[in-house]
Amino acid sequence: MAEEYKNEFGVFGERPKVEKKLYDAKYVIPGLIIFLILVTLPLWPNLGKTVPVPQPSLATPAIEKMKDKKCVEALEFMRTNHMRLLIDWRDGVVRTDEKGATQGGREYVATDGKRYTASLSNTCLECHSNKTQFCDQCHNYVAVVPNCWGCHIIKEQQVAQGGAK
Amino acid sequence: MLENALVGTKRYYGLLAFLLALIGIGSFFYLQQLKLGLSITGMSRDVSWGFYIAQFTYLVGVAASAVMVVLPYYLHNYKAFSRITILGEFLAVAAVAMCVTFVLVDMGRPDRVFNVFKYPTPNSVMFWDILVLNGYLLLNIVIGWNVLECERHSVPPPKWVKVLTYISIPWAPSIHTVTAFLYAGLPGRGYWLTAIMAPRFLSSAFAAGPSLLILLALLVRKYTKFDPGREQIQTLAKIVTYAILVNVFFFFCEIFTVFYSQIPDHMLHFQYLFAGLHGFGKLVPWMWFSIGGMTVAAILMVFPKIRKNESTLALTCGLIVITTYIDKGLGLMTGGFVPSPMEKITEYWPTAPEALITLGVWSIGFLIITVLYKVAVSVKEEVRA
Amino acid sequence: MGINRREFIRIAGLSTLIGLGGKSAWEILAPGEVDAAIAEKPQALKATRWAMVIDMRKVDEQVAARCAQACHLVHNVPDLSHPMEAKDALPPEVAARQQLKWLWTEQFYNAFPGDEQEHLAEEVKAKPFMVLCNHCQNPPCVRVCPTKATFQREDGIVMMDMHRCIGCRFCMAGCPFSARSFNWRDPRPYIKDENKDYPTREIGVVEKCLFCVERLAVGLMPACVEASQGAMAFGDLNDPKSQVREWLRANFAIRRKPYLGTNPQVYYIV
Repeated sequence: MAEEYKNEFGVFGERPKVEKKLYDAKYVIPGLIIFLILVTLPLWPNLGKTVPVPQPSLATPAIEKMKDKKCVEALEFMRTNHMRLLIDWRDGVVRTDEKGATQGGREYVATDGKRYTASLSNTCLECHSNKTQFCDQCHNYVAVVPNCWGCHIIKEQQVAQGGAK
Repeated sequence: MLENALVGTKRYYGLLAFLLALIGIGSFFYLQQLKLGLSITGMSRDVSWGFYIAQFTYLVGVAASAVMVVLPYYLHNYKAFSRITILGEFLAVAAVAMCVTFVLVDMGRPDRVFNVFKYPTPNSVMFWDILVLNGYLLLNIVIGWNVLECERHSVPPPKWVKVLTYISIPWAPSIHTVTAFLYAGLPGRGYWLTAIMAPRFLSSAFAAGPSLLILLALLVRKYTKFDPGREQIQTLAKIVTYAILVNVFFFFCEIFTVFYSQIPDHMLHFQYLFAGLHGFGKLVPWMWFSIGGMTVAAILMVFPKIRKNESTLALTCGLIVITTYIDKGLGLMTGGFVPSPMEKITEYWPTAPEALITLGVWSIGFLIITVLYKVAVSVKEEVRA
Repeated sequence: MGINRREFIRIAGLSTLIGLGGKSAWEILAPGEVDAAIAEKPQALKATRWAMVIDMRKVDEQVAARCAQACHLVHNVPDLSHPMEAKDALPPEVAARQQLKWLWTEQFYNAFPGDEQEHLAEEVKAKPFMVLCNHCQNPPCVRVCPTKATFQREDGIVMMDMHRCIGCRFCMAGCPFSARSFNWRDPRPYIKDENKDYPTREIGVVEKCLFCVERLAVGLMPACVEASQGAMAFGDLNDPKSQVREWLRANFAIRRKPYLGTNPQVYYIV
């Protein structure tokens, strides 16, 4: 059955009669297989492996000394929002004008009213001084690479294992 | 239409392979640069822009020169140019693609390139530069492709393509006016702080671009079955003649203003470039060759006998391309930074990795030109058949 | 009749646009924005226009070296000629041309080009003029930055946001005072004594003197002012009772390249 072949440039007479089959199969099928292998390549090294659940350790000397072991904000809030909090600290401290924050501000007023210096190295890492045993535990598990550490200095002090919460 | 680029003679495949090899080498060194930073280049605290930005500046001019073939045809109905507007537009596409690549290659933090779009800053000329460059790239790709496609199917191009073409005509000079403004608005750089920076860019571009287009047209005639036409090349040559004369004139205007007023801050840069300063004079022979060659080429182009003979025309155009490249590519950048605002001299010369990365990016541009010209020429050969 | 290629691509393109647009719209409407309130510390030093006056009569080689060292130590400014490990050593020519410096000394003719005269006072000829970012009131570097990574604060300080800088170096081209440095390489191998309370910079960003904003925020004077032991004054130019205004009232002071209109705020009593 002859169909008229047309696009927006005009009508081009009859569609040529060509047998319907997969042409160049000897190139296409191996090509597809190679493509599928390449696309799934990241998954191959992890076949059969189990990655242990992260065990962040809170047993740093600074935290042990605290009577009331509280972070800047509540645990659940920190778990979901610590990255957003840090970005807000960064923008508030460095770029004071845009967010309308005060000039040269450097203190964070927490929801419970306490005031903390808004600094990753000097506040967060003062208590959580064991980055590889705390921060990296979850970050490595979910393959997150925060780009803070290129500039902000890590004050690392590893602690004895055991004592993880 | 792109399928035309996948079939060709052995020479065509050989050219593609050669260009891909150069791109490969450039990419290898660029990976090095990503790891070790721009420290592998010859740039310094005093000369903070170098070869990469110099290429970008030169190529912006080449890209804008497409307007020199588009304008006579679309605005003044110079029918003869209908054959080669596509060559001009595709040259613009390749040139702007190279410009954007050179900017990316020169950035200290290419991973943060989207910050320019996330935090638009209208008071920064660079912000506008990036916008107009990408806009021009898009314009030329859309216009060129559509016009070619319509030619292939022997139908007139739709109305909206004409509208875009009319937009591209003022857009073209604006891309390198904006680029000239990058330099001409800086209070601390006496060599660049001149009102005729943008006019100089324009005259140099309209000399270099059509010269390159003439050379490409002659190559296309030699190696393919498509002949851009004698009349077309002669008209381009006339455009080149006027542009190069104006360019040389502008240069002498600069010399007069600087050396008659005798303000040290402005003179020092010219002295460094043309006579050397305190024993530093790496660029002196290059600059004399550039300005001397440019003047010779300008005088030669005046004579119709030289223009009409396509061999001498090709040689003169080659000389124009080389001399304008040295002037804009090497002289403009280094002259602006040396001596520094503290009147100290830190010389600049590109390192080998820098040169190879540059060669890689040029090869990307030539690859784009080869592919696009192959498509254009194939379509024209097809239509003729 | 099937769908032809062109129609398919049109529909696919529209769907992608709507899909992506829909996602962004959801994110804008989505709940859960943290809006941290950053406040000043009570002891922070405040001003409406910070300025610095350097009394060059009290400055000699040792004072200048002390100030520069204090600045570079406290801010982790790398020293390319002294790597921590031998494998990072650089040829001296490379170390010299790619060095980073926030505060350093220059001779009169280099600090004040255009003010040359053949018969300059001997004393001034030999002086090590301390040069740094002038935190201009009309800064060309801020004008040219395409991302506002360098911006002017309300108190006049020209600030740098290292998180946003794309390393285009337009600000370096725009500065008439050569005040800015670029990290051509990773700076960490070249920082001998790290100040752990202050970050380093990464490869590919521009840096310069920031008038010690982190010290002003906790009530301290800039490191160089402290180290100068009285040779430098730092204060609010809009406060008629500040030390900078007193010094400027009592002494004739010059600035670098005032004719360019950038309105530099570092004054030199010669």
